Amino acid sequence: MKVLESLMRTPLHAKHLEKGGRMVPFGGWDMPVQYSGVMAEHLAVRSSVGVFDVSHMGEFCISGRGALEFLQFVTANDLSKLRVGRAQYNMLPNARGGLVDDVYVYRLNEFEYLMVVNASNIDKDFVHLSQLKAGFEATLENVSDQYALLAIQGPQAEATLQPHTHTDLSNKKKNDVFSLELFGKEVLLARTGYTGEDGFEIFCNPQDSHALWDALLEHGATPCGLGARDTLRLEAGFPLYGHEFSEDLNPLETHMAWAVKTGKEFYGKAALLERPLKHRLVGLELEGRGIPREGYRVLHNGKDIGYVSSGTMSPTFKKGIALAFLERNLVFGHDLEPGSSVQVEIRGQGVGARVVEPVFLSKSV
Amino acid sequence: MNIPQNLHYLKSHEWVNVEDNIATIGITDFAQDQLGDVVYVELPKVGKIVSSGETVAVVESVKTASDIYSPVSGEVLEVNSALENSPELLNESAYEKGWLFKVRLDTLSSELLDAAGYAAVAEAEG
Repeated sequence: MKVLESLMRTPLHAKHLEKGGRMVPFGGWDMPVQYSGVMAEHLAVRSSVGVFDVSHMGEFCISGRGALEFLQFVTANDLSKLRVGRAQYNMLPNARGGLVDDVYVYRLNEFEYLMVVNASNIDKDFVHLSQLKAGFEATLENVSDQYALLAIQGPQAEATLQPHTHTDLSNKKKNDVFSLELFGKEVLLARTGYTGEDGFEIFCNPQDSHALWDALLEHGATPCGLGARDTLRLEAGFPLYGHEFSEDLNPLETHMAWAVKTGKEFYGKAALLERPLKHRLVGLELEGRGIPREGYRVLHNGKDIGYVSSGTMSPTFKKGIALAFLERNLVFGHDLEPGSSVQVEIRGQGVGARVVEPVFLSKSV
Repeated sequence: MNIPQNLHYLKSHEWVNVEDNIATIGITDFAQDQLGDVVYVELPKVGKIVSSGETVAVVESVKTASDIYSPVSGEVLEVNSALENSPELLNESAYEKGWLFKVRLDTLSSELLDAAGYAAVAEAEG
């Protein structure tokens, strides 16, 4: 089949081909889904260290005296206490109680913030933010092309980087962000990630990305693709836009509801709070054999009570795990508690599953 | 690409080997490579009567579930139960230890390809 629309390529595209990455279309980008195999890459991140090219993610620079005020208006989480050099998980609510995107906000200077957005939402987010910017003393700039982004993740991440910078990484905490020289390159380093492991995200000049990629591989990091990125985030219970969030899904029905701060005013707040809570996002662990997949129905006492939003075979736990939206008030007006038994319908057969908190990895950071 | 000359193939990437009227069925080396790490295999019940072209098994990798079509009609005599605990055998040994099931042969599918025919299919998809 001919690909009609040309896919975008990250600055590291040639490196993926060189390493035998299996390339697939993802959100308009030609990205590696795996190199050696999803299982091996996943386990490398859990036990040692892996590196991901996440340059397809978008970056917006929000600056000016009114930058904070603007960001407070467009996001659901409270940025007022975010100090320079710190980062925060956040959400962009729409006008009807759903999300335009979920994002990460890094405070680089007093009047300068960097927002990292999902690759497939870059254009949509930029239009949305541009439309809300009137009246704020802030500049919004799409700087996605100015950065390559590498994620180095796993218990050995700090040990892998430390010999190659003069900055002491041991006192840097989760969500810290700072400039430093790494392998002789000026980069922005953040102690953030999407795997449930310790690790860093390296924002660098695209021209330096090949040298940094090669250096990380040379010092023991396993190259990892989007396949492992998805299984790692799912074990850690991290939501993914398009699965657990969308323009129509209510974030208050998920375990990320903590990021919606009702004590502040923001765009879409009233619509969000007015929406009835119909579902609750839970974790499911399969007790029978099989793999829960997105869209599979969940049954309780023979009744359809919801659906799987993300599912996989967990490489760590060697069993099927899923995030699922289940109806509320199922048992005498109460939600199904963790430990409850349900069934996932797999090819017409109900397979037993246990309801658990939507975080499978206990050490999740 | 490993495509043994002595086997026959469906363009949906199953192989079949017939000896003494017993057909052994599996998936090709190309198919396991495309799937990636196989983590779950669902096999037919012994005694089931299968028809050629029918979905009779499912092979799942981390990312996707793939239906397996039978290249023959007949009764399922045996399934490879080692795959229940070691689905990775499909990746390691697609033509030997990773076989899926055996059927007492009634009829062969009319759509079987020889090795050269299948090589052309795999070439086009790879």
